[in-house]
Amino acid sequence: MEPQEKYVLRTVEERGVRLVRLWFTDVLGQHKSVAISPAELEKVFEEGLQFDGSSIDGFSRVQESDVLARPDARTFELLPWARDDEPSALIFCNIERLDGSPFAGDPRQVLRRNLQKAHEAGFTFFVAPEIEFFYFTSDDPSNIIPLDTASYFDLTTADVASDLRMTTIHMLEGLSIPVEYSFHEDAPSQHEIDLQYTEALAMADSIMTFRLAVKKVAQERGVHATFMPKPLDGVQGSGMHTHMSLWRDGQNAFYDPDHEYGLSTIAQQFIAGTLRHAREITAVTNQLINSYKRLNDGLEAPRYVSWARNNQSTLVRVPVTKTNKPDATRIEYRSPDPACNPYLAFSLILAAGMKGIEEGYELQEETKINLFDRKEARNAGVDTLPRSLDEALVEMEGSELVREALGEHIFEWFLRNRRAEWADYSRSVTPFELDRYLRQW
Amino acid sequence: MTTPTILLYPTPMGSSLTKVLDVLGFDWKAVSDTSAAETLEPVTGWSGAIITIDGNPDEAFRIAQWLRSREDANAATLMLVSAEALPELADNTDHFDDFCLTPFHPAELEARLEHMIQRHVDEGNNAIITFGPLSLNIETYQAMVDGRALDLTYMEYELLRYLTAQPGKVFTREILLSEVWGYDYYGGARTVDVHIRRLRSKLGEEHANLIATVRSVGYRLGTADWRA
Repeated sequence: MEPQEKYVLRTVEERGVRLVRLWFTDVLGQHKSVAISPAELEKVFEEGLQFDGSSIDGFSRVQESDVLARPDARTFELLPWARDDEPSALIFCNIERLDGSPFAGDPRQVLRRNLQKAHEAGFTFFVAPEIEFFYFTSDDPSNIIPLDTASYFDLTTADVASDLRMTTIHMLEGLSIPVEYSFHEDAPSQHEIDLQYTEALAMADSIMTFRLAVKKVAQERGVHATFMPKPLDGVQGSGMHTHMSLWRDGQNAFYDPDHEYGLSTIAQQFIAGTLRHAREITAVTNQLINSYKRLNDGLEAPRYVSWARNNQSTLVRVPVTKTNKPDATRIEYRSPDPACNPYLAFSLILAAGMKGIEEGYELQEETKINLFDRKEARNAGVDTLPRSLDEALVEMEGSELVREALGEHIFEWFLRNRRAEWADYSRSVTPFELDRYLRQW
Repeated sequence: MTTPTILLYPTPMGSSLTKVLDVLGFDWKAVSDTSAAETLEPVTGWSGAIITIDGNPDEAFRIAQWLRSREDANAATLMLVSAEALPELADNTDHFDDFCLTPFHPAELEARLEHMIQRHVDEGNNAIITFGPLSLNIETYQAMVDGRALDLTYMEYELLRYLTAQPGKVFTREILLSEVWGYDYYGGARTVDVHIRRLRSKLGEEHANLIATVRSVGYRLGTADWRA
């Protein structure tokens, strides 16, 4: 038995844990959980937990439906929201086939494979997302009322939402998810919590825990938290701007003191890779029909495939860092939204960037114009991100890069599943249409 | 380290037993019942007990049971028993660590005592590492600060244990990475920073500075002059 497994078993015993929750994720990034008793844990460490994968979306085909959940003991945490009289703990799992090989339908395995590939080239991938979300008074779609009407950086003692946010942050810290900043965003009842950078696999796990913790804390106060990308008309949607850097031999591989912006060749090639493949990976970084309402609204969200140092309208931004802070050199990829599957989104952004490095892509000129001004952008001939899920899926289908990074199984399932949703949407009559046409025609 | 003190019951008749204890360098005190065992107990606690069953088996087991029942029971108990009284043992196996048939061979008793008591003394001394408000129980893998249990992941615990084992010593990220994580881990040295940050956050604001950053070198528990 591995020492980390021994640690978990002993801690479960010492702390009187009553339930151990084994966590994993389906293809779309929905949280899955199986609870086992501590008595079963040792056996599950040894043999894995067998279950029928076909019961989970995108997991397996009928003929090979049984899979194994293998708890990754390093991810063990006591759950801070469990009741004192019934302490429980969480462990993330890797899903394997019965022969012990990684299961192709498991997004966590997909990310592990892509990280391993980068690792073989000597790189470690660090990410830090800025996650936005809304608080509403209920989850009733016909009655969505923002919890407050406060605005950016507004902090009053009566601000219930700020209190919710602080409670959430304490909970996150207890779950080994340190928070960098948190604040009230532009839109009514929109909040942002920025997580401190960590290695991508741990961060993807953290985002899963984060989404659950935010919803959990809200729910306890009778509030509904949502990561839906664009819940309200006329105000900005929720994004998940993701800061990232590659590290090699303990050094930030994105930093070069001799370059005028401090950007190494590796960083430039990485950015070039993400730009060239941006349209292909957007179906995954923005997987809902609603995601494109955020990208299209022209409010804060990037629309054009371009990069700049300090221009909020570009897809890739290179934040200006303080001098003598090589560690802070990073890029910010701004299209993802918090309803993505973080394992798959990180896999594809990394694959696109690594492709740029492998092939030595040349970085185009920095965009100096304001792309929120559409006319200016059009005149400059800058490529746009897909305008709809449909367009994004067409781009994805033709992408060898995405097919390889996701693996055949998830690639095909994802296209099939998202196409079906698009087909449903295309047939559905929306309130927008009724408003416009019912009386007029 | 203080000399281990052994509880004897009853007051030894012959000198062969005390001679063995002298050879081993153990102190001993004889007691007549549990209340005497309580009043005569040294500040550092009983390190072990040698209890003879023949004579008054009931009192013998009462003392053995008393030794076991205490909060931080750490005394290894050896029963001396004649072949006739042997069946008594079978009913009370929970109350002792080892036994030796009487009349005993001094070399055998010596070997058994040395093995049993030394092991107990070692465990008792090494299981808990403390530093200021911090204490780690190596045996149960639990860490506390100011008496509050810390909810740690395995890597956070291992990192803290490694730093606590040598307070005041500066460890580079590379050393910590290879010693705590092993070589084949994704994160690279930057991972150490991430975990230190998490540990500090779990230690709480008040104690976050227990782990000091040594600029452009690495980390250390406590201050540099701690060992001076």
